[in-house]
Amino acid sequence: MASVTYEHVYKKFGNVIAVNDMNIEIADKEFLVFVGPSGCGKTTSLRLLAGLEEITSGDIYIGDKLVNDVPPKDRDIAMVFQSYALYPHMSVYDNMAFGLRLHKTPKDEIDRRVKAAAGVLGIEPLLDRKPKQLSGGQRQRVAVGRAIVRQPKVFLFDEPLSNLDAKLRVQTRAELSKLHKRLATTFIYVTHDQVEAMTMATRIAVIRDGILQQLAPPQKLYDLPDNVFVAGFIGSPSMNFFDATLVEQDGKLFVVSDTFKLQVPVEKMGTYKEYKGQEVIFGIRPEDIHIKAYMPPGVVSADMKGKVDVTELMGNEIFLYLFTGKKPFIARVDPRAHVSPGDIIDLSINMGNMHLFDPKTERAIR
Amino acid sequence: MGSLSTYAGQVLSTLLAILVGVGGVAALYVVMDFLIGILPDKTQKRFRPWVFIGPLLIILTFYLVYPTLNTVYLSFLDASSEHYVGLENYIFAVTNPAMHIAFRNNLLWLVLLTALSVGLGLVIAVLTNQVRYEGVIKSFVFMPLAISFVGASVIWRFVYAYKPVNVPQIGLLNAMLTGVGLEPIAWLVNKATNNFALIAIGVWLQTGFCMVILSAAVKGIPTDILEAARVDGANGWQVFWRIIIPMISSTIAVVATTVVISALKAFDIVFVLTNGNRGTEVIANRMYKEMFSFLNFGRASAIAVILLLAIIPIMAINIRRFQEQEAMR
Repeated sequence: MASVTYEHVYKKFGNVIAVNDMNIEIADKEFLVFVGPSGCGKTTSLRLLAGLEEITSGDIYIGDKLVNDVPPKDRDIAMVFQSYALYPHMSVYDNMAFGLRLHKTPKDEIDRRVKAAAGVLGIEPLLDRKPKQLSGGQRQRVAVGRAIVRQPKVFLFDEPLSNLDAKLRVQTRAELSKLHKRLATTFIYVTHDQVEAMTMATRIAVIRDGILQQLAPPQKLYDLPDNVFVAGFIGSPSMNFFDATLVEQDGKLFVVSDTFKLQVPVEKMGTYKEYKGQEVIFGIRPEDIHIKAYMPPGVVSADMKGKVDVTELMGNEIFLYLFTGKKPFIARVDPRAHVSPGDIIDLSINMGNMHLFDPKTERAIR
Repeated sequence: MGSLSTYAGQVLSTLLAILVGVGGVAALYVVMDFLIGILPDKTQKRFRPWVFIGPLLIILTFYLVYPTLNTVYLSFLDASSEHYVGLENYIFAVTNPAMHIAFRNNLLWLVLLTALSVGLGLVIAVLTNQVRYEGVIKSFVFMPLAISFVGASVIWRFVYAYKPVNVPQIGLLNAMLTGVGLEPIAWLVNKATNNFALIAIGVWLQTGFCMVILSAAVKGIPTDILEAARVDGANGWQVFWRIIIPMISSTIAVVATTVVISALKAFDIVFVLTNGNRGTEVIANRMYKEMFSFLNFGRASAIAVILLLAIIPIMAINIRRFQEQEAMR
């Protein structure tokens, strides 16, 4: 159990800056998820913490201990690899016992811990098998088991679910969350899948091009994204963005483009007032665009029209691919709606959940 | 003029040989295939494979099986292959003092050549795996493999060359020794050094082979597994012994048995440099001497059979390991 701190951490590979001034304080017992598109530096950040890569500059602490020059074996961490990286010449039991034996743990203690972990993960019947004789899901469990028997200060996970099929992934996701509660240890988890990040994390670090974009709990990240990238990356389908201008008229504030004019709710006017007359990026999530007829009650809405291009029926909802003028956008609407491609429909926008971004800095206006 | 026409004649006859040889084989297959085609369908299926492997089997029989059997037969006859002498040749082979030296030396070759070339090859393969100039280093280690045993022996004769004290040393090793003020050593004459000097040449030649094969195996180990071991708490030494070695053990076995066989067959280096004198005799060289110097066909054959018997079990292990390795893919 320990906190983890990144202080001005840089990692360069030749001219490429993989990690750029990373500053994160991860509290003890936290489940922190690094998320970002592939090649964004999230795995590198994890490997720096594991000691598998050397830091170019900056400091990393595990607990109070500066670990910059500490080899991986002395960092008291355990890591689950994307490929699981099980030792093919050892049985499941030996795979799990390997780390403990290296640390000169007494035999009966090793036996107790391996069997306990196997019990938790439901892999007791597999202890005598070799990794080759296991399915993907079983191997994944062994890899997790190998990490937990060590009882490390910090657990590192490098995309551990990406080699599992969809159903198993969902199931394992829940199990990892449970495991985190049970072990009450710091988990640091890397994924490119924002659903994994949203469902498991206590906090999410969104990374792009080696730069930390935002660090926040999942719901806050979703509701109050700091910039256009985070807003677009978190959520599926992703947020719609429109180039617009903020216009004041008769004491009211409007988001105006060539094809729509939407009133800003009164309670938000204070925040946005200083941007009046300026260009902004208007962001709205697909679920905040309703078909007017099926608008839920109690929503501060504004109306606009859209031309239907494609409809995707998902059963519990419909994804509408729409156009306003030449600008495409997506709405997630009530499944009772009967619309066909080519229709021009009336939409209601839930302006209570609107987002505005500065077009120059792409930062949220708040 | 005369030599030029002889040369042209040689080229012509070589071309003719290739033409007749390759064409002959091709013609043989075409004709046989045609003949098979005449047979009824069912018999065709039965016979066709034999048409294709048949010639090979016949050639192998003449070139390998027959000489082997004949050698066994000759080993029970006397020097001129006229009279049956029972086990006399074998008794000679296991009691003769020169043969004892040969057996001892072959054992020395077997242990040292195998341990050193496999060991060095493995160390170089693992160490260079983490170095930037890997290709250059490996090329240098690999190069001797391209040199024939005889060529290598000639090169090393210069390295080991010995001149009496006070005469300039042309040998690399002795030049170095006298350079730092030590006495030169007659490497190939001195009984304390000569066997090791000879084996060193073998190591120089074989290390490259071991390194290349083992390097491929080492590279086949996923990086993730090595990193997992480091995170699990292993230092470099433990990663090497507990992860790398077990994971490439079948390759090590194949390489080791191959080198063991070449140690048992050791001949060229000894023949060229010492001809087995001064306690450097090996079985194969002894066999050559009995055969071509003493013209004792019986004894030579008996020694050959002993060598064959020594190699068979190792060959069997080698083939079985190789099959295991193939099956794992």
